[in-house]
Amino acid sequence: MKKYLAMILALVMALSLVACGDKKDDSADNSDGDTASGRVYWLNFKPEADETLQKVAAMYTEKTGVPVTVVTAASGTYNETLTAEMDKSAPPTLFVVGNQAAVGTWGDYCYDLSGTAVANELNTDAYNLYDADGKLCSIGYCYECYGIIVNEDLLEKAGYTLGDITNFETLKAVAEDIHARASELGFDAFTSSSMSDDSSWRFTGHLANLEYYYESVDDPDAWKECPSSIKGTYMQNYKNLWDLYINNSAVNPADLAAGGFDAADEFGKEQAVFYQNGSWEWAKLTGTGDGQYGLDNLSMIPFYCGVAGEENAGLNCGTENCWAVNAKASEEDIQATLEFMNWMVTDPEVSRMLVDEFAAMPYKQAAESTNGFLADANDYTTNGNYIMPWVTNFQPNVDAYRAALVSAMNQYDADQSDANWELVKTAFVDGWATQYAAANG
Amino acid sequence: MKHKHSNAAVNSSMIRRPIRRWFPLFMGPMVCAFIIGFVYPFCKGIYLSFCKFKVTSDAHFVGLENYRRAFQDASFVHSFWFTALFAVISLVLINVLAFAVAYALTQGIKGSNLYRTVFFMPNLIGGIVLGYIWSMIFDGILSRYGTSILLNTKLGFWGLIILMCWQQIGYMMIIYIAGLQAVPEDMLEAAKIDGASRWQTLWKVTIPNVMPSITICTFLSLTNGFKLFDQNLALTGGQPYTILSDGSSIKTTEMLALNILNTFYGQNANSRGTAQAKAVLFFILVATIGLLQLSANRKKEVQQ
Repeated sequence: MKKYLAMILALVMALSLVACGDKKDDSADNSDGDTASGRVYWLNFKPEADETLQKVAAMYTEKTGVPVTVVTAASGTYNETLTAEMDKSAPPTLFVVGNQAAVGTWGDYCYDLSGTAVANELNTDAYNLYDADGKLCSIGYCYECYGIIVNEDLLEKAGYTLGDITNFETLKAVAEDIHARASELGFDAFTSSSMSDDSSWRFTGHLANLEYYYESVDDPDAWKECPSSIKGTYMQNYKNLWDLYINNSAVNPADLAAGGFDAADEFGKEQAVFYQNGSWEWAKLTGTGDGQYGLDNLSMIPFYCGVAGEENAGLNCGTENCWAVNAKASEEDIQATLEFMNWMVTDPEVSRMLVDEFAAMPYKQAAESTNGFLADANDYTTNGNYIMPWVTNFQPNVDAYRAALVSAMNQYDADQSDANWELVKTAFVDGWATQYAAANG
Repeated sequence: MKHKHSNAAVNSSMIRRPIRRWFPLFMGPMVCAFIIGFVYPFCKGIYLSFCKFKVTSDAHFVGLENYRRAFQDASFVHSFWFTALFAVISLVLINVLAFAVAYALTQGIKGSNLYRTVFFMPNLIGGIVLGYIWSMIFDGILSRYGTSILLNTKLGFWGLIILMCWQQIGYMMIIYIAGLQAVPEDMLEAAKIDGASRWQTLWKVTIPNVMPSITICTFLSLTNGFKLFDQNLALTGGQPYTILSDGSSIKTTEMLALNILNTFYGQNANSRGTAQAKAVLFFILVATIGLLQLSANRKKEVQQ
């Protein structure tokens, strides 16, 4: 009896190993389907877009027979997933290289896209990334904008209109008044500014853009590519807005470090008038589906931070969503991928689906955007206001740089002293040079 | 006589031949799993520590360059000392407390089994989950004092110690209970008859007899302390940082394993190789300390 038991156990062990070994990659499976016309493997960066992209992939396969695999990396793990996937025998042919830092890391893997059909469809060069030798490494496939989202209904309840806010002075006056009357009004000025990983990028990434942007306006030559150091000329303006955020919300600033707040939910439930975020929040805030808030009177205003002439500011427009084609893939796969990309930006039906998902795509034949925040961005531009591009994308060694900034800002939030702000400044300004040296050393 | 008989049976060719014939079936899967899951990655890891690479299949040999960078990295040195301090303190606390609990629970108190189960249970929860749960507990208390576990290195350190004690004491307790139950009754009785006090009995009879348990427990808690990763990541993630005047920062509660991970995903072209070199150094360190400690303890063990 024991002998049989032992044999069965050994068999189970052996089988489980065989079973493990048998499991193949989806992408690998596809590769032997139709080798003549190549294959496409898109490692997607945006988890929320996965459902749409799977449909798009299926449509293309049905139409042309070219196998298209879309794999989505879990939120916040794109870098890790890309590193692992690139190692496999069937690596991604289409992946995301969204900032200068990524160009530094993955530049060798980027196929030169200049002159390709899809690159010729672009209606702007603003969202393209080049390496030091001028190779076109990646091209934007959608663009976004961020700023301060305003709930106009609540603003009106507090006795103001959007027209009352034209610069930092007026924004501050409105916010402080609303905060002072929060218990009477039933809502506060700003949503929480949580510093946990799911939210800190709004401040160490997006809000920081105002500092870099105005610095780059002063010295455009230095900012043509990633500067090795920055001056911090507009740190005071960064501080202006940050102080306004943390001291005019329902959350005690000292609690921000620990996180655990959901600013989108606070805003969706009309607990605050102002919420710093981007155009990607449009569907969630205005939609009426599951998990959406159905707000209808929203606008986005620029980062008013006390810089001279900021009455003419517009929104922060840019992207971190740029397609790169794997130069180390086979020639067939590269061609298949380029054709697939071109199809996505020229086919009216697919373009409609993608624009509904991504908000807007910078291509000549792309469908019209329905995103209200992007419409706001366009209105600012047509009124002659200046766009603030995403200079933030230059941040060197971005994860380490932002992590240090988060730590310094946490110290400051708990105790808003000048000494602690000096630490934030050090992390912000000197940290740039240090991380630049670390990344390029 | 019986002993001899069974030996003879095992040695007989009637039994040995089938064993020999079936050996690959029994050992094969394990050997394969070991090679695939351990030997191959381990060897490749050592090779990669001498390489510059982004993906492991595309590496270029650069010699000792990565090791030079690893030793020059101030954050690595800091995390080493932080880890060493953590390992020593957690080693002492965990073992003293686990032994005390085990001792108390072998005195025949009512409900001992229930207590043993309760003490053991924290060990069944994964490190990441534990880290987040404890960060909520700590911050729930600390926010009353306007601070957070993320704002103070000392709080972060002791937070990690408390977390580790809470998780590990139950596990070590089980090992100590097994050891305590194996202490021969007649020895304890002899001590009693000779007029030894409870204290003397504990030190002169019980502890020397549970030395094998102490060896294994100190080995486990020391290496666990050095290898700690999940709890560190979830509880403090290295915060707070000391921002140095040149803008560089040191993650004051970052332990070795987390330092290696953070290095690996840095942006520098050499960062992956450097992290790999750190990982090899880390292995040598943990293995050396573990072996030294094992051999030192073994000398103190008594034969029953």
